[in-house]
Amino acid sequence: MNGNIWVNFPFIVVALLLALGFYTIGFKRNLIKVVIGIEILEGAVNLFLVALGYVRGGYAPIYTLAPSEAANPQNMVLPTPQALTLTSIVIGVAVSALMLAFAVNIYKHYGTLDVTKIRRLRG
Amino acid sequence: MTTTIIKTTTKILTPLILVFGSYIILHGHLTPGGGFQGGAVFASGLALLIVANKYETVKSLFEKAPLSVLESIGAVGFLGMACLGFAGYTFFKNVIANSGFLLFGGKTPSGINPGYLNTGGTLPYMNIFVGMKVLAGLTSIILVFFLIMRRERDEW
Amino acid sequence: MRTSLGLLAFIGFTLFLLAAMISIRPFGEPPHREMDDWFITHAQIESSANNVVTSIVFDYRGFDTLGEATVLFTAVSGVLMVLRRKEGMKK
Repeated sequence: MNGNIWVNFPFIVVALLLALGFYTIGFKRNLIKVVIGIEILEGAVNLFLVALGYVRGGYAPIYTLAPSEAANPQNMVLPTPQALTLTSIVIGVAVSALMLAFAVNIYKHYGTLDVTKIRRLRG
Repeated sequence: MTTTIIKTTTKILTPLILVFGSYIILHGHLTPGGGFQGGAVFASGLALLIVANKYETVKSLFEKAPLSVLESIGAVGFLGMACLGFAGYTFFKNVIANSGFLLFGGKTPSGINPGYLNTGGTLPYMNIFVGMKVLAGLTSIILVFFLIMRRERDEW
Repeated sequence: MRTSLGLLAFIGFTLFLLAAMISIRPFGEPPHREMDDWFITHAQIESSANNVVTSIVFDYRGFDTLGEATVLFTAVSGVLMVLRRKEGMKK
């Protein structure tokens, strides 16, 4: 436990976004709202990855026209979580495009977007 | 939807967006950005073109555009740049860096400097190929979502 | 009955997440940074690029970028296959 709870404020925001995403997936009936819940979950995970690599009082890990006290490697933010978040964002875009294509096809086939009525596997 | 405001704004804004996306792709080794980010900005400029024109114009314009060829060139070029390291080193080794090649082969002064475009090694080539792949992929997705709706007349 | 049981489980899950995020390590002090220090001090010499993040994505961890390009290609081809227009399909 820390002395002050509000030091971990970005992590508390990540926990609230995760809870919001899981609520939208589990308790909503429209198929598009379920897709939006999955996107909220993906955004929360990317925020958690980037917030793990922060150094207090640090600068961006780029050498082009940086301020002169950023040349010390102890003053720069960790660059590895930022590189892994790039990959995660692109994969999230690909997954959500595929999900929306399936939603369009389901609407053409069943005529409705209610998840309680899309039950049987019809030929 | 093709109102007058959207048509006029698109004529002014679209070249600016496309040039900005190309700038982000090309300067990926100096400033924040790179292949994926610049490809997404370029695809959003093309999406503006798709939204602001009529159905027949978009269909006739993008039938001639070789989007699948562009994506394949991007994928094969990225793999080819990675296989350049087989000549003496390992897979994915940066063999053009610090070597004095004509294009993107210079040396970077260490420490804080204003960026020089001639540096980078295989990094700018990989940025360009990945940028081509991402813009072709995202534009194909938006185009196929637009073409299945089949609006035969304008909205207004 | 089932909805209220589900809501109770959801509230318990949220409290567990909040307790986990409060007792994690403090924000802004990463404990192990030997690998990132090596990346920051040697990225300009080995990759000759000013941007350390791009040199990690395309030079030190280029294999992950190859896998990600494959995922993007698979997703685009999957979308184009699902939304085909068959002959004789009524609109």
